[in-house]
Amino acid sequence: MAYQTKFGSLEHYEKGGIEVINDDPRNYVFSNVYEVASKAEPYEKIAVGKNLKYVLEAVRAEGTSPWYTASHDEAAIIMDGEVEIRLVKLDKALVAEDHEGTTMLEGNPDGKKMGYIVARRGHMALLPKGAAYQFHANKPGVILLQTIAGDLTVERWKDICQK
Amino acid sequence: MSDANQYGYRAFQLGGFRFTRDEYFVHLAWPGGSHTMPADAFLRALIRDVAWNFFYGIVNFDGVFGTVNHYGTVDVFAGLYNAGYREKNKQHVENLKGDEVRARFEEILADWTNEDFDPFAAPEETGTPFGPKHGSNPKAINRKRLVASRMTGMKGDTPLRSDAAGNPVNRQFVDVPQDEPEVHAEPGFENEVHAYNFFAYVSRSDVTWNPSVCAAVKDSLICATTEEFMLPVIHGNDRVEWFVQLSDEIHWDIQDRDSGAPRARAVMKAGDVAAMPADIRHQGYSPKRSLLLVWENGDPTLPEKYASGKLKSNPVDF
Repeated sequence: MAYQTKFGSLEHYEKGGIEVINDDPRNYVFSNVYEVASKAEPYEKIAVGKNLKYVLEAVRAEGTSPWYTASHDEAAIIMDGEVEIRLVKLDKALVAEDHEGTTMLEGNPDGKKMGYIVARRGHMALLPKGAAYQFHANKPGVILLQTIAGDLTVERWKDICQK
Repeated sequence: MSDANQYGYRAFQLGGFRFTRDEYFVHLAWPGGSHTMPADAFLRALIRDVAWNFFYGIVNFDGVFGTVNHYGTVDVFAGLYNAGYREKNKQHVENLKGDEVRARFEEILADWTNEDFDPFAAPEETGTPFGPKHGSNPKAINRKRLVASRMTGMKGDTPLRSDAAGNPVNRQFVDVPQDEPEVHAEPGFENEVHAYNFFAYVSRSDVTWNPSVCAAVKDSLICATTEEFMLPVIHGNDRVEWFVQLSDEIHWDIQDRDSGAPRARAVMKAGDVAAMPADIRHQGYSPKRSLLLVWENGDPTLPEKYASGKLKSNPVDF
């Protein structure tokens, strides 16, 4: 038989949920990345997962983002749409080694062009330590970002999670 | 083999635990008790316990038998996380060296896995584990868990999968796009500008319920796995872990980690995100083969912090 693999998208997603037997549904911090991104501002970094200092952020990709950098690797998984990722090797580190999470840069970064990636749904891209990066999406898309909680991380659990 | 029973299977001893099998069942015995499991369920649980090196926390083979990982030593137990056994003080636990337990489990796997049975495969994709001993399947039981140190596909890291490498797309994922991202690296940055088709990579996995690390940010580990039928163990957490459903859906039964009392069910569809608190056990059911992201925190200090109450079992308060 022919199998159909079901993915979600900004335009169409089905959400499951927690059926409580003897518990508080908030313990499961249940949300949906497409729903979160559908209500987000472009490039708002909304935590949908938090494991102590580490986070998974849902990001609505739309238009051109500011430039970002981090003192550590980050990883971007494209969950919907097509996203161009532009990379620049910074001439000098702009964040301290012990400053974790994503930092937004003002204006364009000084450094050597490393190249760019065009990624679509299902693709994973490295946002390497020591680089600046910028996203661009002609149409709205969704990025799931693996990073560390930082200055730009938005936590609005009450708004996005099953209660 | 001289010490094989009438069905051709050897018996094994691990501490005070004795393991025997017949055509259909595995029989466990320990001082003061015994237990029986279907051979398929036992072997499916056993291979994951071995491949995961006892994983994070508790691997319940079923409601009675299992292991607790202490990351160096392992508790092999019967009834330890079963309210009925505990109430009557019938549990039995032996703390053994991890290497010793793994070596014995590997011997059991090698002897009890017949030639046409793959304990990592979905039931539709493998032959029967039952009947008298017939052959062996070393290829199926000696797979190594894939652990990327930075990101899958980077130079020197875990390799990508392809037809040429012997990793065909699974029969239930033939519609998963296999296109690669466009990677345009300037000279000198070929090893830093990196992307790959993560979903395609996972769609080519030939095992089920066996997470591989695909990206690491310090101790933050993105692990990916394909799920079909049911998780052959009931995983008891020693830390918080998270699931992101990437495709299709999985239903999870969630119970109290220590007693097994039901707490909740989670129905997860594509794009759903959920935490599994540090004080639960869970077992998943995937009607169609699905793509699942398991997100782990590999910080080795966490089990003690959760066990001592320094950290709360739920990840976020709101």
